[in-house]
Order: sequence, then structure tokens, then C-alpha cells
Amino acid sequence: MAQERIFGQGSRREEETDLPDNGTPAPSQGAGQAQRDTQGTDDLLAEIDGVLETNAEAFVKGFVQKGGQ
Amino acid sequence: MDRRIYGIETEFGITHSVSQGHSLGADETARRLFAPVLAWGRASNVFLPNGGRLYLDVGSHPEYASAETASLEDVVAQDVAGELIVDDLRQQLQQELDQVGTGGTVHLFKNNVDSAGNSYGSHENYMISRRTEYARLVQVLIPFLVTRQILVGAGRVHPNGPAEFGGLTLGDGSHGPSYSFSQRADHIWEGSSSATTRSRPMINTRDEPHADAEHFRRLHVINGDSSMSQTTTALKMGTTDLMLRMIEAGKILPDRMLADPAAALRIISHDLTGRALVELASGEKMSAVDLQHEYLQAVTHFVDRHGAHHDRVDWVLELWERGLRAVAEQRFDLVDTELDWAIKKKLLDSYAAAHGMDYANPRLLQLDFAYHDTSPTHGLFRMLSRRGAVASFISDDAARAAVTQPPATRASLRGKFIQAVLDAGENYTVDWVHLKLNGSQNQRTVMCKDPFATSQPDADELIAEVQAMSGR
Repeated sequence: MAQERIFGQGSRREEETDLPDNGTPAPSQGAGQAQRDTQGTDDLLAEIDGVLETNAEAFVKGFVQKGGQ
Repeated sequence: MDRRIYGIETEFGITHSVSQGHSLGADETARRLFAPVLAWGRASNVFLPNGGRLYLDVGSHPEYASAETASLEDVVAQDVAGELIVDDLRQQLQQELDQVGTGGTVHLFKNNVDSAGNSYGSHENYMISRRTEYARLVQVLIPFLVTRQILVGAGRVHPNGPAEFGGLTLGDGSHGPSYSFSQRADHIWEGSSSATTRSRPMINTRDEPHADAEHFRRLHVINGDSSMSQTTTALKMGTTDLMLRMIEAGKILPDRMLADPAAALRIISHDLTGRALVELASGEKMSAVDLQHEYLQAVTHFVDRHGAHHDRVDWVLELWERGLRAVAEQRFDLVDTELDWAIKKKLLDSYAAAHGMDYANPRLLQLDFAYHDTSPTHGLFRMLSRRGAVASFISDDAARAAVTQPPATRASLRGKFIQAVLDAGENYTVDWVHLKLNGSQNQRTVMCKDPFATSQPDADELIAEVQAMSGR
């Protein structure tokens, strides 16, 4: 549903909220796998891996602000 | 006071991430994010048709100040509206960057700290009665504000364990990777050496009432974390309002002044058991769970005697009690759909378990940031919300409506005035109290001193005149 846009041209376009088609491999095998519940956690974790930047270290280092207030 | 005005100011973190090549940097990204705002209002500091205010703060933080609200539902709605408004700007900038081939991804975070430890705030405003002795109010409230993080903290990953603070032993003392209740607790520095400065770390004492100064003042609380969860926002504002109501009514409470509030903030934040003892000025030692239980009991007793002043009081008290039980009994599952620190911890822990990681892994810190990302696709809280895995306090429709609709307070006069002058193409100036028309024919200023008033003869007349100019 389009939402009224305050700034800029036109009405707001909702970003795609479908799962990205990313072919993310299932997370690592091993001990952890058996412990996970079956209530969509695997699916959620796969969705997270599909949208986050792959280089976590570079991403984290890149997020630096000056102080606020 | 049974009726109170509340508001929340939120500073957002911003970054432009690229897999290779050149990142725009926070300053440039924020400047470009605000280009549509500048085009709309000829300034990067504007009041909005929903009554709120949007501006580019020191240090390139987009900042949104909610309109003044008079109910928990409205403060939550206006707060969520702020996220939607800044996220719409992000989406526009992302489209532009994609079109011109700059690429990369713009992220906005409703959190309180970056990877270098720079902190930015979430500030709560509460209107309080001028009749209440301010020093007493602050004295009673500070230990509450220091300990409430075990309920309404936003949670934070520490890859290298807690930061050093004056030789204190924080967390389990191992310096291993850890998780804390609060984002902001490590960043409240100001001293506690004298009684007068003791209040400064948590409460900013500047006296700008934005209302009739004879009767009201504004309490500006600056030690809170930004909340993603609507229920966490409602609990944060709802508990603090109840504490204020009880203090304003003159209820006598035990003296729980802390010996060192800055140290207590850190000790409590890094202790997920809620049992670590902090020293009181009296020399006694108490835990965060004990102190919060005492406040909950006092408030419950007060409400029993004086009645509930709004229809969500029972909701607030129930979640308050359950939140404390979750910590006291170490049953975080009791609140892991309602309180940010617990929602985020559950998500991070299941990710860590699935991948055989611990909090030292940069991926976990990335997930911590991503939890607060305002994007519907990249934001982990938004992802959980879409999946129905977290509780809400208001409907999606109410949140969307708050983007353009002011709440039923003085903000409705401001919002209507702004919309009317925009439609009429006239010049105007507004602040929290004044509505000023700078028309070529007609120059007028109206002052709105009552923040509860949704109607005021001179303001209504001015708005009607301006509406008539555009033939509406």
C-alpha cells in the first residue's frame, strides 16, 4: 500500500519485502544444527544471511559516526 | 499529574557501505539524505505536518523529535512514524545511488552507539508540575532511571567484553566477549562527586518548558536507549510516567540515592543476572532487581489507592512485573517478544548457535547493528515484526497514519497550520510554541502555551484564514 510521502516526488513505493532470491547456502553443519527449533528459525537465519553484507568485519569498521547531541 | 505530555527525540546512526570502492562517509550520506528535506522546507531543520520536527544534528545524525503526545499509544505511534519518515528518505537516497551507479547500501540505525564507541542519544521528555520540588523529584528518579535498563535496555554486544571504568569489575570479570542490557550505560560519563552534579548524567536540567512556565516544566531524560520494540517504548514511557505521578503526589519513598550513579549504570548493564549489588549513598547495597521490585510495589500500591489514570496502566504493571521476573528467574523467554534486549539476545544467540560463533565474532556485532536498521528488508527487528515474532502496541495503520497526522494535543494546531500554509504557498515560521504566518499581506503570530489544547480561538482563526487562501 502506498503511503503518503512528505518529502520528494510521488508517493512512497514500498520496498520489496519478498525474500531475496539469494541462494544462500544453509548455515554450517554440525552440533548447532540439531539444537535449532523448527519454528522457522532456519528460514529466518537464511533470510538474515541473504540480506547482510558478507564481510562483517569491513561493515562493522565502516560504521563510525561523530558523537551526537 | 494525571495528564501528561510526553515526547521522544531520536538520533539515528547512518552509514553507506560498499563491497568495494569508495564509501560516501557519514557526513556526505547524511547531507544527501536530507536533500529532499531541504527542497521541501528550504532548511535542514523543519517542523512536519504531523507536528514533529526533523533535523540534521551535530555529527551528521538525522534527528526526529516526536510531536507532544498525551497517551502511550500516541507516543509510540509518533515514534514509529519518525522511523518511517527517515526510512523513506533512505529509500529515496538508495534509489538515487543505484540510478547514478554509485551503488552500495545506505543504512540508518535507530541505536545509540557505533563501532568506534561514539554514542548518540534517545531523549525522553515528560511534562512535570512546577509545584513539585525539582531536587526531590530528581533524587527519587535517578536510581529508577539507572536500574530500569534491565527492562527497557536495547541490549548490546561487546566483542572484547565491558570497557574499563575506574577499576570496576564489570560482568563476570573475564574480559571475554559479552552482552549487556543497555546501549547507553557505558556512555554516561559525567561526575557524581557532588550532590548537584549527581543528577546531570541522566537528566538534563535545562529548563525549557515549551509551555506555561508558571505551572509546568519539562523533564529531559537523556540516559535511555532508543527502542525498536513498540512494547519496550510503551513500558519505558509508561513506567517513568507512573513514577512521576507518584512523586508528584508527594508519596514518601525510601532514600535510594546511589553512591556513584555512573558506576552503577555500568555494573547493572553488564550483569544479566540483575543481582549485582550497587552501593547506595547510605552505605547499603542493593541489586537492580531489588530496587525495581521496590518501585513496582510502591507504584502498584499507589495505583490501588488512587486508581489508574489511563487504560493501559494494568498493561504497564503486568509487563513491569513479568520483566523483573524474567531477570530474577533468568527466564528471558518470558519477555523475548516484548523487550528489546531479550528479543535481540534470542535472535543473536540462535544465530551464534547455528554458526558455532560467539560474541567475539564481528558477525554478531553486525547483527546487533542490523537489529536497529530501519529498512524493512535489512532491519532484523523489522524482519521479526513482519514474521509476527514480536509483539506490537499499536496497529500498522495507526503507525502509518502518524506519519502525516498529528496527535490530539497542541501538535494538531501546529500540524494543521503547517499543512495549510504549505497548501497556500505562504511563508511561515513555527516552533514548539509559536505559529507565525509571514504572508505578503498578512503577518501574524499566535502563541500556544497549553500543550494539551487541540483548539484555541486565535490559532483556529489563523488556520481557517490560511485555509481560505488556498480555497480549501
